[in-house]
Amino acid sequence: MSGKRFFGTPLPGVSADRLLGALIVIEGPDSSGRSTQIGLLGQWLEQQGYAVAQMGLRRSQLVGAELEAAKQGNVLSPRTMALFYATDFFDQLENRIVPALRAGSVVLADRYIFTLIARAAIRGVDHEWLEALYSKALVPDATYFLSVTSAVLVERTFAARAALDYWESGMDLGLSRDWFDSFLVYQRRLRAAYRRLESRFGLERVNAGRSIRAVQHDLRTRVGAVVERTLGPASGPGDGNGGAEGERAGA
Amino acid sequence: MTAETATLARRARAAAHPPVAGRLVAVEGLDGSGKSTQIHLLHQWLLGLGCKVSFSEWNSSLLVKEATKKGKKRQLLTPTTFSLIHATDFADRYERQILPMLKAGYVVLCDRYSFTAFARDRVRGCDGAWLRSLYGFALRPDITFYFRLPLETALGRILDGRPQLKYFEAGMDLGLSADLQQSFRMFQRAVMEQYEQLAGEFGFVTIDATRAIHEQQELVRAIVAERLDLAHFHHQGGA
Repeated sequence: MSGKRFFGTPLPGVSADRLLGALIVIEGPDSSGRSTQIGLLGQWLEQQGYAVAQMGLRRSQLVGAELEAAKQGNVLSPRTMALFYATDFFDQLENRIVPALRAGSVVLADRYIFTLIARAAIRGVDHEWLEALYSKALVPDATYFLSVTSAVLVERTFAARAALDYWESGMDLGLSRDWFDSFLVYQRRLRAAYRRLESRFGLERVNAGRSIRAVQHDLRTRVGAVVERTLGPASGPGDGNGGAEGERAGA
Repeated sequence: MTAETATLARRARAAAHPPVAGRLVAVEGLDGSGKSTQIHLLHQWLLGLGCKVSFSEWNSSLLVKEATKKGKKRQLLTPTTFSLIHATDFADRYERQILPMLKAGYVVLCDRYSFTAFARDRVRGCDGAWLRSLYGFALRPDITFYFRLPLETALGRILDGRPQLKYFEAGMDLGLSADLQQSFRMFQRAVMEQYEQLAGEFGFVTIDATRAIHEQQELVRAIVAERLDLAHFHHQGGA
């Protein structure tokens, strides 16, 4: 029993109880360190002997490229954009995540419906409509929200790219003509939107203002427990009892 | 959960419906029912009367077209993504064209509307309440014409005229039958059953599509003239 379930209406043709793997979601704004942490987590899990699959936004075969183009052009309304992102999300959910979970893999998702809901909601799209839209999504086994202050976000963004990103500064919202001012207001609104989802959907907050090592240590402790609960103990390094070998010898 | 989604759909609909000066007319029906011909003739008539009128067609937003084409060609689409990609297309046309035109006081004609999704996607296995919520932002048409045709007649019109059916058109993704034509028949039958239910739920005006084209059109025009105050939609500029 893996105990998987959908938020609402199930996906047609998918039975949740056959999804054996673990779905772990890492959420957080840009520059919160998500991809670094996911890379390290993936390596660590594979070293333990777990198969790992990954997903992220705009990576679907179906509309990934088109979505990237739409993002550059900024010609779609928030609702159309939300539906386009939902298409991308469900394509990956059905064609990548579900098969991986059926096979018993650990899926590490670099953002999930929460970012998609938060971003659309602060652009004026109705919360209830968004939640109904994503009611066919699988409930993750755990969701970690990498939380950082605006000051840290600014430093990390400038360290990585020496420039602000149009969307992550919320420039499409017309908050301010000044990119930096807009960035601060936008990130504040985004944090509020995430906080609303945090309590509603049980996101676990992780203080990502710390060093990479410290955050990774924290995540491994939490993720390790979830994965072990879902899939059983690992057989890789650090697992001293050699259970798998013993079984084989006895057969 | 389904009841909850239905409530959400109702609320979303109530919140999203601003009063508009224009009027919305949609046509629905099976492939081969002649609805596109009828709405074309209606369009010409309204233009001839000097009305402010605009036309929008299902699955025609440029931005989403490429992705849809690719998805269909490579058979990448699942019931959910099939539904979502069409909803994306619809939302794009709705917010860019349909709603602005309605606000500007136009008569907007739609060749297929959300009901096409309610019928087809439901047959593909999507939840009915989920679909109604998905399209909850869209205004209900003032008139929806449903062109009803006996199944065999509709099938004949399509199968006679076209040697090769397309994969999704024939509902091959549903795995109803390995035979393209057989699958098409079963799919169309199921879609028709959905339309018959929707006709009651949404108050469609049903037109007997076995009648002569000009007879149907006469009826369509009479109903439009009766329900919409057409004098109200004449161009202000004057000709």
